[in-house]
Amino acid sequence: MVKKTSLYNLHQRNGAKLVEFAGYEMPIQYKEGIIQEHKFTRSKCGIFDVSHMGQLFIYGGADLTEDLETIFPIDLKKLNLNQSKYSFLMNENAGIYDDLIITKINGGYLIILNAACKENDLKILKQKLNNKYDLKLSEKLSLIAIQGPEANTILEKNIRGINNLKFMNGGSFKFQDSEIYVTRSGYTGEDGFEISIQNDFAESLVETMISNGAKLIGLGARDTLRIEAGLCLYGNDIDTNTTPIEANLKWAISKNRIETDFPGSKIIKDQIQSGVEKIRIGIKPENRIIARGNTKIFNNEDKEIGRITSGTFGPSVDHSIAMGYVDNKYAVLNTKIFLEIRGKKVPANVCNLPFYKKNYFKGEINV
Amino acid sequence: MSDVKYSKEHEWIKLDGDIATIGITKHATEMLGDIVFAELPAKGSNVEKDGTAGVVESTKAASDVYTPVSGEVVDSNQSIVDDPSKINADPEGEAWFFKLKIKDVKELDSLMNKEDYDKFAKESGQ
Repeated sequence: MVKKTSLYNLHQRNGAKLVEFAGYEMPIQYKEGIIQEHKFTRSKCGIFDVSHMGQLFIYGGADLTEDLETIFPIDLKKLNLNQSKYSFLMNENAGIYDDLIITKINGGYLIILNAACKENDLKILKQKLNNKYDLKLSEKLSLIAIQGPEANTILEKNIRGINNLKFMNGGSFKFQDSEIYVTRSGYTGEDGFEISIQNDFAESLVETMISNGAKLIGLGARDTLRIEAGLCLYGNDIDTNTTPIEANLKWAISKNRIETDFPGSKIIKDQIQSGVEKIRIGIKPENRIIARGNTKIFNNEDKEIGRITSGTFGPSVDHSIAMGYVDNKYAVLNTKIFLEIRGKKVPANVCNLPFYKKNYFKGEINV
Repeated sequence: MSDVKYSKEHEWIKLDGDIATIGITKHATEMLGDIVFAELPAKGSNVEKDGTAGVVESTKAASDVYTPVSGEVVDSNQSIVDDPSKINADPEGEAWFFKLKIKDVKELDSLMNKEDYDKFAKESGQ
């Protein structure tokens, strides 16, 4: 049975085209279409229903941090209260079960999981933690992302103090009579916030943001925004057959954890020291043609060297853009490669990620 | 527009003498969403009725463009290749795809008139 988020009726009222995504009926776009929605998010402020994602709460005592460090390759001991970090749940081969955001909250941690992975993640985590802690995948909370250069002023009108949050930091606030938890984060390459709110208040929050000038944005534009920002989509760009090092996400592994033990740690350490065979790169085709997932990549001698994992037309960079994995020796800036699209070999170039420069709010001082 | 005919693949065709102008329908563009890429048949090439004669890509997916009749491509609309958003803006006017010198005028007989196409699109379309 296809699930619905608490905003389902609101999506319908606002002319959403609904599609099934990860077991949920979700808006792919609204009336204005993907390109207008994308550009509105970059220039003003977009609202995204991401309630299909998992909000996992883990509560426990002093042992919890210690135990979670045996699972996640980050320095949780140095994580401040209300601070968030991007991380991975990995198998013994360092293949990625899921990518996630972990935030330290009062009495434990909040972990945001991908919709398609959340049930499996919960199972793995329960098992790894030997049922020692209280793990709860919330069904009562919605998750709403507000993204774009005007997100802070639009939210500040109703949720005072929100603009004091720094990137990848959160806090508790109030909206109407509802206690909400807000983090300054997102997946669009823009400044923005993600709001965890009781289902009963989600619609009211979104209506308020719309009346303040924000617009609803569907999954279609969420995808073009995240590709421009060079961000991975689980299931496309990363999965159990790719490691964080191959995915070019080494930055997310805490330096002081590389020598320590966690699932896949031997392989991570080895790949950092000896290098990888394949690596994720940015790719720009030489014309407007789109290279979608699974497109084969060739070198200039017609040898297959990799595959595209995500591709689209980037409305803000006004260029066809893609990412994919190639043999490591071709992962050199401006290397000419060829993409096999509908039987033709289309020339393309290896380029830097992200395609679109980020505008995150880091606060007055370096953090 | 009464002399315009329509195919089940959502192309429109307008005949002027033995030259047919072909494009995709407004209904097709609404199903596709924002079009960001168009590929057209080369001038001088021959295309066969119901064969592929181009590609359009939206942010969501790629779709073949079919020709509803056979003929020789005598012109193609470079302006929609340069700016594919024109296809969404005016699909049944300025954003025509290609012109054919048609082989057999009888091939148009099996195509739908506007009334039938509108009904067909309504029944088939999301």
